[in-house]
Amino acid sequence: MSILLTPGSDGRFGEFGGRFVPETLVPACQELEVAFNDAWTDPSFREELDRILRDYAGRPSIVTECHNLGRELGIRLLLKREDLNHTGSHKINNVIGQALLAKRMGKTRLVAETGAGQHGVASATAAALMGLECKVYMGAVDVARQELNVFRMRLLGAEVEAVNSGSRTLKDAVNEAMRDWVATVGDTHYCLGSVMGPHPYPYMVRQFHRVIGDEAREQCRASFGGDPDVVVACVGGGSNAMGIFSGFVDTDARLVGVEPAGGAAVKRGQPGVVHGMKSYLMQDEHGQVAEAHSISAGLDYPGVGPEHSWLSSIGRAEYPTVTDDEVIEAFKVLSRTEGIIPALECAHALAWILREAHTMKGRTVLMNLSGRGDKDVAQMMTVLGDDL
Amino acid sequence: MSGRLESALSSRIATGGKCLVPYITGGYPGWVDAVRACAANGADAVEIGLPFSDPVMDGPIIQQASQVALDNGATPVSILHEVRTLDVGIPLAVMCYYNTVFHAGHERFAADLVAAGVSAAIVPDLPLEESGPWCEAADAAGVETVMLAAPTAPDDRLPRVTERAHGFVYSVGLLGVTGERASLAGTATALAARVKKVTDKPVLVGVGVSNAEQAVEAGRVADGVIMGASVVRRLIEGGPDAVGSYVAEVRAALDSAFG
Repeated sequence: MSILLTPGSDGRFGEFGGRFVPETLVPACQELEVAFNDAWTDPSFREELDRILRDYAGRPSIVTECHNLGRELGIRLLLKREDLNHTGSHKINNVIGQALLAKRMGKTRLVAETGAGQHGVASATAAALMGLECKVYMGAVDVARQELNVFRMRLLGAEVEAVNSGSRTLKDAVNEAMRDWVATVGDTHYCLGSVMGPHPYPYMVRQFHRVIGDEAREQCRASFGGDPDVVVACVGGGSNAMGIFSGFVDTDARLVGVEPAGGAAVKRGQPGVVHGMKSYLMQDEHGQVAEAHSISAGLDYPGVGPEHSWLSSIGRAEYPTVTDDEVIEAFKVLSRTEGIIPALECAHALAWILREAHTMKGRTVLMNLSGRGDKDVAQMMTVLGDDL
Repeated sequence: MSGRLESALSSRIATGGKCLVPYITGGYPGWVDAVRACAANGADAVEIGLPFSDPVMDGPIIQQASQVALDNGATPVSILHEVRTLDVGIPLAVMCYYNTVFHAGHERFAADLVAAGVSAAIVPDLPLEESGPWCEAADAAGVETVMLAAPTAPDDRLPRVTERAHGFVYSVGLLGVTGERASLAGTATALAARVKKVTDKPVLVGVGVSNAEQAVEAGRVADGVIMGASVVRRLIEGGPDAVGSYVAEVRAALDSAFG
């Protein structure tokens, strides 16, 4: 019996999850739930998904041992290389699944939100591949700091709309994507980019990403002497973390989800309801959702997927935080020691490892390197300047 | 058992008239006078929005008003405190997103509404399946919970929604968020007709009812209308007096069409 839950029609992971959406969207969520369950148990759907992930996205992704950095830290450090996937991050796993599902449901258009732009790029890519229309909502702040990804999305044929409401970051992009979906639900699928939102999204997106953990577990057992002692991933909404945790939640591995100090939903939040789900949420004393602040656009989110809230509440996973300064240092360290430039998001996971390595001497630590840092280079040129 | 809001609307309907429920964003400058202006110019009830940081059912106008109210420091507590002092002689409902309710706690929020003299609550991101805990607390406190019926609802869902509704049934006028539209969507009257078939409770059309003419058009099928963005735009552009004249204009149009 796995610790991972298969939520029933109420979409709950313990007290978390659910489906808190306007009435207009309830039938669409129900339809999606039925369609996903039907597809997920259909061997022909799974074969097609696996085929595209293999022949187009480049799966399986490899596991790389970091000999240099590991020696320096006194740990055995393994990276699951989701950065090597087509489009440069783990996001492709989920969007290929959702785009296939959208086509199966007869939808002709995708809407998506994006923070750093990785999910937007992946959505635009899947839409181009499968002949779907695609519109991506992105906070105006993020449009400015991730202009390379904005151009990539447009190049791929997607329409990108800058969102100027609220904090003008990821949470507001989600709001705008939901507003679009409320108006277009007949022909449009909302291609949500993380393990969040109303049921069945948290469950469905986790299932599409569990390939990360399932592969990594087999790879660790086949080539690295067995299950790792610690599994680490960054957490914004939490999709790459749920993906890799899925493979190890039933092992003895310690599970660590690293949040930015300025977006610490689990550590500093309280249960709340936004974006269709009940989960830990940073909010003020009146229940207004707080604005997150992080150097990484992809983690700039005040909430977290409900399954993470549940794993935290039962003590199965822990959710420490790291500061922007620690992240910048980690970004430099991995580049210098291993020749791998990480995305700022997963540099959070590495920052925690750098800080805590002295407590894990001799242990095997598996980190999900969820994306590559090319998209962050322009921003980091400004941040670091000559300070290399 | 019908509460104060449902009784007031039913009285209007019993005379052959149509109900008019304007929406005002609580905490926006001049909002208290705007509520008074609604009452003085023929509104049957007023819906007061408690601004929320992430209003997913609202379009640009109400988003803008909510943001101004929040920037001015408005909170659910401060707004309900002012509502207490309103003595407008017509029932008041609040429109709020669920986290406002959940964060306060169901029982406490219901008690706060009662203490402020609010008759009813509309929670647009709380669908039927999730409504249990709030509805129980609201029922126990005597707060009427207005349920929303959506154009996407299949036939078997509508009776379950209307059965749970108190005050009135909010028949959502279109696929989309609040805001003014050039014409009344075909879905508005189509859904209202479907809802009327399955309930005796008052059925009011809201979302996308944008002027007096559209209110009359909706009134041909429904028992009345909720008007949000077109009212709030007048509050933003012309203050409480502009709200009063607009409500009077819609009232007159409804009375002349359905006298």
